[in-house]
Amino acid sequence: MISFENVGLRYGIGREVLSDLSFQVAPNSFQFLTGPSGAGKTSLLRLMLLSLSPTRGLVKVFGKEASTIRPQQMPIIRRKIGVVFQDFRLLDHLTTYENVALPLQVRGKMELDYRQDVRDLLDWVGLGDRMHVHPPVLSGGEKQRAAIARALIDQPDVLLADEPTGNVDPPLARRILRLFIELHRSGTSVVIATHDLSLMDQYDARRLVLNSGRLQIYD
Amino acid sequence: MTNESPPEVNSPKTSAKQKTVKPKRQPKPLRSGQSIVPRETVAGTALVFVIGIMTFLACLTLGAVSMVNTSAAKWQNDISREVTIQIRPFDDLEMEKAIKDASRIALTFNGVSKVTALNNVETARLLEPWLGAGLQLDELPVPKLLTVTLADGAKPDFAKMREQLEIQVPGSTLDDHRTWVDRLTTMALTMVAIGTTVFLLMMAATVTTVIFATRGAMAGNKDVVDVLHFVGADSKFISRQFQKHFLILGLKGAASGTLGAIILFIILGLWSSGSLATPEGDQISALFGTFSLSWSGYFWMIIVLLLVALLTAFTSSFTVQRQVNNLQNYRR
Repeated sequence: MISFENVGLRYGIGREVLSDLSFQVAPNSFQFLTGPSGAGKTSLLRLMLLSLSPTRGLVKVFGKEASTIRPQQMPIIRRKIGVVFQDFRLLDHLTTYENVALPLQVRGKMELDYRQDVRDLLDWVGLGDRMHVHPPVLSGGEKQRAAIARALIDQPDVLLADEPTGNVDPPLARRILRLFIELHRSGTSVVIATHDLSLMDQYDARRLVLNSGRLQIYD
Repeated sequence: MTNESPPEVNSPKTSAKQKTVKPKRQPKPLRSGQSIVPRETVAGTALVFVIGIMTFLACLTLGAVSMVNTSAAKWQNDISREVTIQIRPFDDLEMEKAIKDASRIALTFNGVSKVTALNNVETARLLEPWLGAGLQLDELPVPKLLTVTLADGAKPDFAKMREQLEIQVPGSTLDDHRTWVDRLTTMALTMVAIGTTVFLLMMAATVTTVIFATRGAMAGNKDVVDVLHFVGADSKFISRQFQKHFLILGLKGAASGTLGAIILFIILGLWSSGSLATPEGDQISALFGTFSLSWSGYFWMIIVLLLVALLTAFTSSFTVQRQVNNLQNYRR
């Protein structure tokens, strides 16, 4: 689904923040991406999301070399990738329901066709009674779950989550992890970037460990 | 359960409770009623003001060009309805016979409705600015002028008329005012060209302003654009979110500018019709005709209104699409 071959990244003329990364995210796989703060987890996720291009190496997404993707094709690729940002990136002027429904609205679907699906998903993530409120009113955990619901609403092939449990307490972190595991069981590949060791200990999955810009893989 | 006491059926408190009907809860709306790009984040007042001024000036230009064009067409029409035959006196020329011959020749042509020879008084009045009052024409070899009036839309064969006059009436020449007509046509075309250039420059200034305003709106909504981009929105979807706001702003600005121009033309029209008898009014109307704009002039102003509004919407859409395409370019 996503493959990296000898990928390196540097910002400007500084040293390489990521060096010689070679790995694959296989279909229906589950992996944690971990490493100390500043190790380059977010940069790696951005490379996977195609919002950054590498300084060197080859990135392939869904069998297509990233450098050959034209701007007009980019939305189609992005629709296959769900992303949960560390800072949620919910739109404050829209309700939770509208935020979660946004990817479907963008795809030109009619509200009548998706309204029940959005309600069901919000119920599933435990926000059934909070779908009318605006994000500024939501707690950190609720925002996190709303952001996850938005990433999942169109059943993406790959889910990239950047520190999805960074702002929540351990019980809620476990609950969110269970959401990802359920999603994985339904066929989605999941990549969770986290430095929370206790979270990783709760589920036996492949670990991609970044350290000083280099990657070690523990299958 | 067994410890619970039965309800006191007859107590007033209970009966009041029983009678109380709970009001039905209104379901909370799922939608905020806001568009994806909030209307208030697209800076409107300044843009509406600028578009208003540009449309006002564009409508004034259009109106002025339309008025000059109408006046030029009127002059052209007046001139083209008359030609002049001039007979220069010779020593042995019988002027009366020459005038009769020239009139006869002119009247044989289709489209000539009348031939009038200017009498001495009329000729003296024509020459008064150059030769002064009290002119004795009998003492001077002044050419005779014949005014040939043409029927509406008639175009006699002037070349043939000129040829016959030269053969049959020695010393006669035919002036069909072609030089004047050509000059007027050139002047009218120049005015239209200048007006069109000014109009295009104003539209270009409007487009440039809208481009800057759109970029500003996009910068102000960077979070929204980023999120839309990451959830898979294409450039057309994102541009539509901005386009509808800019269409409304464009309509507001263009409507105010057009309305201002229409009011100004109506006021100027009333003023010019009120000062028709004064020397200033006569001079202005001689140059520009009356300040009344034709219905087609007002129609074109409405077209300008719609054009500016659509131009604003399409410019913003195009700008957003370009910016988003840059954002979606992997090799940037």
